[in-house]
Amino acid sequence: MRLHVVTGKGGTGKTTVAGALALALAAGGKRVLLMEMEGRQGIAQLFDVPPLPYEERKVAVAPSTMTGPGGDVYALVADPESALVEYLEMFYNLRHAGAALTKLGVMDFATTIAPGLRDVLLTGKAAEAVRRKTSGKSGGRVYDAVVMDAPPTGRIGRFLNVTSEVSGLARVGPIRGHADTVQNVIRSPDTAVHFVTVLEEMPVQEALDGIAELRSLAGGGIQVGGIIINMTRPLALPAGEVRAAADGALDEDELALGLKAAGLDDCRRLAGELAAELADDAKSALGQELQRARLDEPGQPCYDLPWISDGMDLGGLYRLAAALRDQGAA
Amino acid sequence: MTSSHKPPALDVDRLIDDRRTRIIVCCGSGGVGKTTTAAAIGLRAAERGRHVVVLTVDPARRLAQSMGLSSLDNTPRLVPGIGPGRAGDNRGDDGGSLHAMMLDMKRTFDEIVEAHADPDRAAQILANPFYQSLSSSFAGTQEYMAMEKLGQLRRAQEWDLIIVDTPPSRSALDFLDAPQRLGRFLDGKLLRLLTAPAKFGGRAYMRVLNAGFGVVTGVLTKILGAQVLRDVQTFVAALDTMFGGFRERADYTYQLLRAPGTAFLVVAAPEPDALREASYFVERLARERMPLAGLLLNRVQRSPAARLSAARSQAAAETLQAAGSHPLAVTALRLHAERMQQVSAQRRLAEHFTAAHPIVPVAEIPAQPQDVHDLDGLRAIGQAFGG
Repeated sequence: MRLHVVTGKGGTGKTTVAGALALALAAGGKRVLLMEMEGRQGIAQLFDVPPLPYEERKVAVAPSTMTGPGGDVYALVADPESALVEYLEMFYNLRHAGAALTKLGVMDFATTIAPGLRDVLLTGKAAEAVRRKTSGKSGGRVYDAVVMDAPPTGRIGRFLNVTSEVSGLARVGPIRGHADTVQNVIRSPDTAVHFVTVLEEMPVQEALDGIAELRSLAGGGIQVGGIIINMTRPLALPAGEVRAAADGALDEDELALGLKAAGLDDCRRLAGELAAELADDAKSALGQELQRARLDEPGQPCYDLPWISDGMDLGGLYRLAAALRDQGAA
Repeated sequence: MTSSHKPPALDVDRLIDDRRTRIIVCCGSGGVGKTTTAAAIGLRAAERGRHVVVLTVDPARRLAQSMGLSSLDNTPRLVPGIGPGRAGDNRGDDGGSLHAMMLDMKRTFDEIVEAHADPDRAAQILANPFYQSLSSSFAGTQEYMAMEKLGQLRRAQEWDLIIVDTPPSRSALDFLDAPQRLGRFLDGKLLRLLTAPAKFGGRAYMRVLNAGFGVVTGVLTKILGAQVLRDVQTFVAALDTMFGGFRERADYTYQLLRAPGTAFLVVAAPEPDALREASYFVERLARERMPLAGLLLNRVQRSPAARLSAARSQAAAETLQAAGSHPLAVTALRLHAERMQQVSAQRRLAEHFTAAHPIVPVAEIPAQPQDVHDLDGLRAIGQAFGG
């Protein structure tokens, strides 16, 4: 797999997972490009580096493995304006057109208003990075893999289905030609779309809807990859006691005795309060079990990422990358 | 130091009970529970006697179902089962009502065209490929149409409170910019350049135009292709008669947002990203002189046993564990320690927000152990932020 598109509902940790996946893919001496599509500088925050420009910068060194030394993660923030200027430069040698176009409002038009154009420009940048070769005589690929922190699940079908988005606009012509090239990369067997979710009803529903949408796109060929279940927590109670706890049938007397043995005060009342916390936790655990079962429906591999309780930082990111590698996701 | 800054309390009940409040705009980044919160506010206001319509852009079927509707569409539907006085404060017999609708942006756009152009011209616009792409694209159109719909609902005079749930934009700020951007485009230089040739008619236009224009169309033709440019020109020419309308409407909606009677509520979860977005939003609203009512902090973790700290709870668990006794108490104490850690992490984040925005009122909604499935679930949320 060379192009990994990472999507998910807002709040599921999509950017974090994309970062962890890039690290995991780079482990053992690989070179990976991580691309942010929506200019929030989430990647810079994640890797604790200054805001990223529209230019590839090294942001992290991946861990070494049995098979090779540490690899490199590069990152850039793709914005449609810069992508358009670059496109004009590459294909038409119109290096200085940018400023004039901005003044006339053409930039506004092309990058935010004209439907589909914006998406073609953004996915086009990823397609270019995937296909780019080194200048030396070996002619190998510059990047072993490209990870795209893509728009949220609600928009992913449109975002990736560039050809049909643009075809309403351009049946022939240069933009159409560009869109077709991009589409070939996106529909290639070397590209996969991963869905990030947490075990709650709405994000799970969105992931399932998103998978169904990609599968139903005319022409098919956009591959669904893994379902990455983020922020999972181990069960507090032994599995056999969860149901009872959720029903409020915990043995509060025993709990109070335990608290007393631990030297705590006001044990009766405390036992009741802690039992309520256990009941809450058990209820949400039961709900999560239900959601997990639904994620089996599409028949895609699922990967679990643990909740990082002490706040997300670089250390946590490396832990998530290791979890992805351990489960064979990268 | 930590407790030096307590934010002013956000009194949502006072806001919705005040008959002068006519529009509440809920904004915030995706995944913070904005749509559910908007619905909960709507329900509470209705049960306190207001005639409310909730405009959502979220196609989540579950939300519709939790309001007893099989699905939502572009027309406001009456939500059954609203009882006056069920929201704490019995306001007597003047029972309120709740309608809910989901924005259909293409339908809304079509309606504007139909309302502003004669039938022939409208048909021509609706059939234009460029229009069809524009009206169903997400880039800006959804935001614009949400604001357009808000204007329509306000003019309809059927409701005395409109609650708007803003689109799940990449950044919550988009919905303020998008209408202006689209307005700027529809009213801008580019459009005049594009319309000019169509007015001169035919293929000969190039000769009569100045060089500057030639360069621009030249570039556009290179990027888009001649056929696209022709479609755009036809579209724009057909739209020509409607420009005044578009501009007026955009201005009207923008003024509506700044008018007394409008209140913005920023919704956030106690997480770094969501609160960062909330901060940007608060600053932006201040710059635009839009009336901010406050911050609704959703999914706040709480503990009934907050007097037992994380450290003490963890230490007690370790004592018992070492003695090899009372496994249930060990589990409960560990879980409690974890929860207290989360409580204090969230508290720190909220304090950072308040340190930066000390005058912004804040209300908290505790985390619910289960997802919302019915009106009672929505009521429970309303109770949490209400009195």
